[in-house]
This record gives sequence, C-alpha cells and structure tokens, in this order.
Amino acid sequence: MGFKIFSKEFWNEEYVEQYIGKLLRYGVILACTITSFGGIIYIIQSKGKMPDYSSVPSGEEFSGVAHYLREISTILPRVLDFDGAAIIQLGVLVLIATPIIRVAFSAVSFLIEKDYMYVAITLIVLAIILANMILGIH
Amino acid sequence: MLGLSLVEFTIIILLGGVLAGFLGALTGLGGGVVVIPLLTLGFGIDMRYAIGTALVTSIASSSGAAAAYIKEGITNVRIGMFLEIATTTGAVIGAIIAVYLDKQYIAIIFGFVLIFSAIRSVRKTETNEDYTLPGDKLAEKLKLNSSFPTKEGIVKYNVHNVGIGYSLMTLAGILSGLLGIGSGALKVLAMDTAMKIPFKVSTTTSNFMVGVTAAASAVIYLQRGYIDPGIAMPIVVGVLAGAFLGSRILPKTNVKKLRMLFSIVITVLAVFMMYNGITGKL
Repeated sequence: MGFKIFSKEFWNEEYVEQYIGKLLRYGVILACTITSFGGIIYIIQSKGKMPDYSSVPSGEEFSGVAHYLREISTILPRVLDFDGAAIIQLGVLVLIATPIIRVAFSAVSFLIEKDYMYVAITLIVLAIILANMILGIH
Repeated sequence: MLGLSLVEFTIIILLGGVLAGFLGALTGLGGGVVVIPLLTLGFGIDMRYAIGTALVTSIASSSGAAAAYIKEGITNVRIGMFLEIATTTGAVIGAIIAVYLDKQYIAIIFGFVLIFSAIRSVRKTETNEDYTLPGDKLAEKLKLNSSFPTKEGIVKYNVHNVGIGYSLMTLAGILSGLLGIGSGALKVLAMDTAMKIPFKVSTTTSNFMVGVTAAASAVIYLQRGYIDPGIAMPIVVGVLAGAFLGSRILPKTNVKKLRMLFSIVITVLAVFMMYNGITGKL
C-alpha cells in the first residue's frame, strides 16, 4: 500500500474498478457481520418476545421504531451500551454508506483521470444525496 | 402475528431474504419486489415497515451483486453517474410524496410496478441491434459511448435518446423513493430500450445505480422509523447470502424458465397487493 494510493498508476481504470469491487465487498461483509452480531444480542435481549409489527389502519398514527434507533447520534451511544437493536442499525448504516462512499470514490478517480466534467457530475450526485439526508431531518 | 416466536420469525424472514437476494441477482429485479409482498401479505406486517426493509434489501442486493459484476468491466460508470442525477433527484421527490400519500395508494402503485416488472423480465433480451449506429450528440459530449468485452471480442456501442432516458430515470427515482424498491426494471427499460445500450451493460449499470438511489432515500426512511432492526437484520443477512449465491450461478445458467415462473408469481402477488390496497386491508 504505502503512498501508492496517490499515484496515477494506482488509479488506472482497471485498478480503480478492482478497488471499487473490493470496497463494495468489504462494506457488505462489514455490514453483514455487524448486523448478525447485533442480531444475536438482540434476540437474547428481547428474550424471544416478538415485537408488534401488525398493520396500522390508514388514518391512525404509525408509531414506527423506537426514537433512539432513528438517528446516528442516538444510535452510536447505545451501541457502546451493547444494545442489540442499536448494533443492527449500525450495520444498516454501514450498508447505506457503502454505495455513497463508492460514489465519493468515483469522484476521486475521475479527478485523477482529469475528467473534470465527471468530477462535477459525481459531486452533484453526492450533493443531492446529502441534501436528501438533511431534508429528512424534521 | 401467526403466534411465531422471535427466533422462528427471524429464521423464516432470513430464508425469505435468501430467496429474494437469489432471485434478485438472477432476474435483475432486485430483492425489494419480493420483500414487500412477503412481509405484508405473508406476515401481515405494516406496509411502512415493509418499505423500509425493501430499501435496505435493495442496497444489500445491489452492492452484493455489484461486487461480483464490476470485475468483468462491463458497468459503464459514466452512464450510471450521469443518470444518477436523475434518479437521486427523483428519490427526493418520491420520499416527499410518500409523506402525504396514504399507504393504500402506495399499495396500488406498487401493484402496477410489480406487473410492469414481471412483463419486462420475460420479454426477449436477444436483439441483433447494431450498437455502432451513430448516437446522440449529447451522448458524445457526455462521453457515454463505450465498449465492453464479449466472447466474440470487444463490442463498441453508441448511446441514443439521452433525454428520454434521463426522464425515465427520474420516474424510476420517484418510484424508488416512494416504494423503497430499486426500480431495476424501469432503469433497464430506460437504458436498454430507449438509450439502446447493450442489455448486459444496462443490467449491470442499473444494478450499480440501484444502490446509490436507494441510499439516497434510505436515511429519510430511517429517520421516519420505517427501518426496524428486528426485520432488517435477517433480511440483510439473507439477501446478501442469496445475492452472492445468485451471482455465482448467473453466468452458468439459462434463467429463462426461472424468469417466467418468477413473473407469474410476481403478477399474482401484484393482484393481491392491489386488492388489499383497495379494500384497505394492508
């Protein structure tokens, strides 16, 4: 590895593709591992009790999952408490982050290829994703 | 809920996830279309949890399959990235509409999308299209034209109808944001039929895009409390295992019969979804 990551040869299209393939695989394996680990803890902690997922009729309020499982800022502290559900959500967050990091990666590879038009296009895509995240926070 | 214990529930959902990931990788439809009927019709789970779970499924099956495909060097990252502007914009619009739309209508729209996907997945894929015909000026400017390796050597292709493709992609994005699915069928329609991109390139590029589009709306659904850890956990693990299995088998199999069977099942599920949507049972 070393500083090879900054060299032009490293970012040759073929290398980049292989690297992106690896990135996706690692991201997915990491998400899967965290989720499975959290799942085991979650099952033990809930003592086999099924949560109620049954359909809420139209018009009535949908309560959804516990509030601490909805934001990164509240999920992380509970992960440290070994909360199974929070660990699963962390795995889900890693999964969601994988394609976004992949896009960021493409931006860098286009930059090294000096394809500035595609650097711009990729940054637009990243900006829209980011805006979508911020938009969701109410 | 059917009197299942948590362990039993987890195992059944896990197996459902394996099936969804496997079929998703083989048919290119993504696991989301299987997961929503499985959870709502099969387990009586609320539509909103099903949508949140489907979104996670879409990302998992897309990343899982993409890791396998990308080595072959047929994904056109430029086409994918350019069209992502359309799908991510659409995903924002879709997720906003979802707040105001009653789940009954969402079920009905989902039914239509399922039927469309079913029809699309059984049509002929082998065309003797001449991919080298001159394409759009815009495609040239955007450097979308490329080539890909086949058994008969490198095949060059030019991209057509960029505007129509872009519009269809926006619609695909809206449906992704609204339903939590990858809209793979619509993405392939845009690229394969409208933009005349070779089928293999279309499917792998669509797969790459599905993950990014789904990730764009996933955070919104997480914040709304639609993504439940107890359902997401077995689904993520199951779908990844299934997608891995499917992408290993894909190059070796003729999936025509499987596609046909899958399409029939999907159509039946679609009718059930719409019926339940109209009668307000979901």
